[in-house]
Formats: sequence, structure tokens, C-alpha cells
Amino acid sequence: MRREPPRGLADYAPLAFPAIMLVVFFVVPFSTMIAVSFFQRDAAGFYSPAFTLDNYERFLSAFFGNVLGFSIMLAVMVAVVCVLVAFPFTYLLSQASRRVQIVWLVAILSVLSLSEVIIGFAWSTLFSRTAGITNLLVMAGLMGEARALTPGFGAVLTAMVYQALPYTVLVLYPAIVRRDPTLLEAARTLGASPLRAFLNVVVPALRNTIVATLIMVFVFALGSYLLPQILGRPQHWTLSVLITDQAIYQSNMPFAAAMAVFLVLMSLALVGLTLLVGGRREAQA
Amino acid sequence: MSATFLRRILFSLVALFLAAPLVVVAGVSVNERQSLTFPPQGFSLSWYGQIFTDPGWRSALVNSLTLAASSAALAVIIALPLAWFLWRRIAPWANVFQLLGVAPFILPPVITALGFLTFWATVGAYGQPWTAAISHAIFFVTLPLVTLSLGFNSIDRSLVEAAATMGADDRTVLRTVVLPLILPYLISGYAFAFVLSLNEYIVAYMTVGFTMETLPIKIFNALRYGYTPTMAAVAVFFVALAAVIFGLIARFGDLPKLLGALSGDDK
Repeated sequence: MRREPPRGLADYAPLAFPAIMLVVFFVVPFSTMIAVSFFQRDAAGFYSPAFTLDNYERFLSAFFGNVLGFSIMLAVMVAVVCVLVAFPFTYLLSQASRRVQIVWLVAILSVLSLSEVIIGFAWSTLFSRTAGITNLLVMAGLMGEARALTPGFGAVLTAMVYQALPYTVLVLYPAIVRRDPTLLEAARTLGASPLRAFLNVVVPALRNTIVATLIMVFVFALGSYLLPQILGRPQHWTLSVLITDQAIYQSNMPFAAAMAVFLVLMSLALVGLTLLVGGRREAQA
Repeated sequence: MSATFLRRILFSLVALFLAAPLVVVAGVSVNERQSLTFPPQGFSLSWYGQIFTDPGWRSALVNSLTLAASSAALAVIIALPLAWFLWRRIAPWANVFQLLGVAPFILPPVITALGFLTFWATVGAYGQPWTAAISHAIFFVTLPLVTLSLGFNSIDRSLVEAAATMGADDRTVLRTVVLPLILPYLISGYAFAFVLSLNEYIVAYMTVGFTMETLPIKIFNALRYGYTPTMAAVAVFFVALAAVIFGLIARFGDLPKLLGALSGDDK
């Protein structure tokens, strides 16, 4: 039984249910959101139909520019830190025994599946005055008095790295596991130390993977919606937090939708860039 | 410095970083009195009991489990025929649906959540519990879709051909050959969707946030309106549950293979 093109209507039948579900509950909501971004805010209900560009015009303010700039800066920092840590980690993990790999993968998946609420709560506890790490420093005599490390930029960055690190490892894992082992063997045979072989052979060979991963983690970090809110001050709020805030607390769905459309376009452009980088990688191979 | 030494250091640092907040939360969860202190003062497991005895937490737990079980099931029901069709037929344009299935997972979650919020508000079903189940099913359909596609592609076509040569029709082949072979992938797809749905906050919040409390919503509300060690107990409970489920997948399935294909070709 080989793969064959569908002949009659009956052959298409299995596609019907998934297609209907995905169109009705993903394409339609998505389009609704785009439509709403052109609507007017309605104080009484959610919104009223209209066609206005006001919601998009609000982007041109200095406040919005600051939020956008901060979101991008934060996401770039998270992506760089994650890849710097995750790349050597995943590389070493790929060389470990199968058993060790499985234990780590289970742990990484467990952390990855954690709710942002729980991550935020856990780090706010760790950074708090009464239950935080500063208590350990006090006990060790390194610090005079326990103090809170949150809210602050460092807390937001740490928690977002915590959230994105398992994701980074899982994005890197397939590429690193499948890499060509003969390259490294050749370098080692020619007398390169493990560290030198890693820096001069493994890293350059996976250059495109690294770039693609940076972009993927950047988009992932852009989506963080709670951590800046739980662990930061209002000036640490990102675009995602602002969207949630406008939609839920300010009841301004049209403006929230316009920001969401903007975020989609930015993410799509970056995901497209990733595919382009990935395509070039395959072309080279 | 040898490579083994470097590896030990890096592995220990990453382990410490990943475990530290969870250790503190676990410590906080066994405090005897209702205080946020670490190291814990006294030892008590009563906060774990609260998850099941306190009506608020128990109903949040039941809501979360019901939501996760039903949405993961719906996600598998959507993904199975789609993955089967893509494997069985040559229809390049049908890949559009695969793309649609993966899209909600790649885009920032706030966007999907806001899409659902505007949609349910527009059709007038905003706040109904079942809207959260459908929303989660669509949001997490990627996971069973990816595991099932991987499962189908790992089937040896000659097995299927042998069955067809012996006179089995499509339906018989599906039931007696294909389904048993992809069952492990189906179960892991379900498990992935289940665990992530259990932990999901923003989509649940934007669809049923004001009518139904799931555990993440309840924790967030507790975070804003007053601390209780029960939150810490729930967090520990979630980590343990996820570790058990992924541990089971690793025990009965091929986790490195499953994750080795999670990104790469499928995206």
C-alpha cells in the first residue's frame, strides 16, 4: 500500500474533521482578532465595529516605542544567555551515555512544562527577603542582612532565562545529536584538544543552527507574559504583558488586538528568517 | 582541564540553576505555620492535604484535570486523522493544515489567547467552560501532530504492503497494523498535551478566567491577593506529576528519538 493521491470524495473524508476544527477555531479567531484591531473601543461592551487606524496610530507614541525597545532588548539578552549556556551543555549532553541523556531530558521537559505562574512564584520566593537566597548568604556570613532581590531587572532576566533554557536545549538537541561525528574525530586525530576542537570545529559547523536557535528563543522570550509582571516594575513590562493588560484590565480589546497583530508580524518575519537560515543549512549539506 | 571535569562543572551548574527555585518552593511548602520562610520552620505536610480538602483548591484541581484530560483527547482526535491522511495520501496542499496545527505553538501564546478571547466574545460563548477545552485542544494540537507524524513515518511500509497483498482493505490495515504501531506515539502525544494544558495559564485566563478557576489561575490570584503555602505545595505537585509522566514516556518509549525529531523537519 503505497502513498497515493486521493481519488474520490471518500478519500478526503479523514481530513474533514481536523480541517473544520483548525479553520473554525484557529483561522476564524485569528481573523476576528485582525478585524477587531480596526474596531473602536466600546466602554459598555468589548468593542463596536468600525474602521479606524487609531489603534495603530498609538504605536507612534514614545511610551510604546520604549516598551517595544525594552521587549526586544530583553528578548535578545535572554536568547544570547540561553544559547551561550545551552550550546555547550547540549553538546556535552549528546556525548553522555543514553541513560544520563534520558534523565536530563525528563528533567528538562518537566521544567519546560512548568506554568509561567509557577516559575514566577518560585523565583519571587527565591528572591524574597524572608525565604530567599540572601538568607543563605547571611548564614554564610557574606551579607549583613537579608534583602529582597525583586522586583528588579535582574529578577526578570533570571526567571526568563530559566523559562527559556529548557526550550533552547530542546531546539538545539536534534541538530547537535545528528551532527557529523567524523569532523570532530578528524580534529582530534590531528591533535586538537577537546576544547579547541569544540570551538574551532563544532561551533563553526553548526553556525546556522546557532543563528536559527537564537531567533527561535528570541520569539519564545517575546511571548513571556507574566514574569515581567510578577518580578519586575512597570518599566520592565514587555509587549506581551501590555497586550494582556489592555485586553483584560483596561478592556481595550481593539488596541490589544492591534498590538497582537504587530507582534505576530514581527514573530512571523523572524520565523521566516529562521526557515531561510535552515534552508541554507540543508542546501549546504 | 579534562573534558569530563568541564562536563561535571557545567552539568552541576545547570542542575543547580534548574533545581534551586524548586528546592526553595519545596522547602516553603512544608512550613508548619502560614509563613513564607526558608529554611522551613517546623515540618508539616498539611498544605499538601489542603489541595484536596480545601473546597477552593480542590475544585481548581478538578477543573484543571478535567480541562487537561478533555482538551488533550480532543487534540489527539484532531491530530490523528490529519497525520494519517498526510502519511497515506500524496496531497501537498494538505500540508497547509499541518502548518495551521503548528502555528499556534510557535506564535507568542498571548496572540493565540487574544484570538480566542475576541472569537468567543464575538460568538457570545465567552466564559463557558467548554470553550477552554476547545481552545486548549487547538493550542496544543501541535504536540500529538508532531509525535503522530513521527510515528507514521517510522512505520515500515513493507508491513502495510504485506497486509494489503493478503487482501486487507484500508480499514483493516489501519486497525490491525497501523494503530498498534503508532499507539506509543499517540499516548506520548496525549501525555505532552495533557501536562502542558495542566500548566497553561494565559489561554485559560483569557477564555474562562472570570468564570472558572484552574490551578494556574488560582495560583496567580493567590499570588496577587495573599500568600499561602498551599501554592507552593501545588507547584511541587505539578513538578512531580510532570516528572512522573515524562519519566513514564521515557520508560516505555524512545525519548531521545521523540525529542530528536521534535523540531527540525517538522517545523
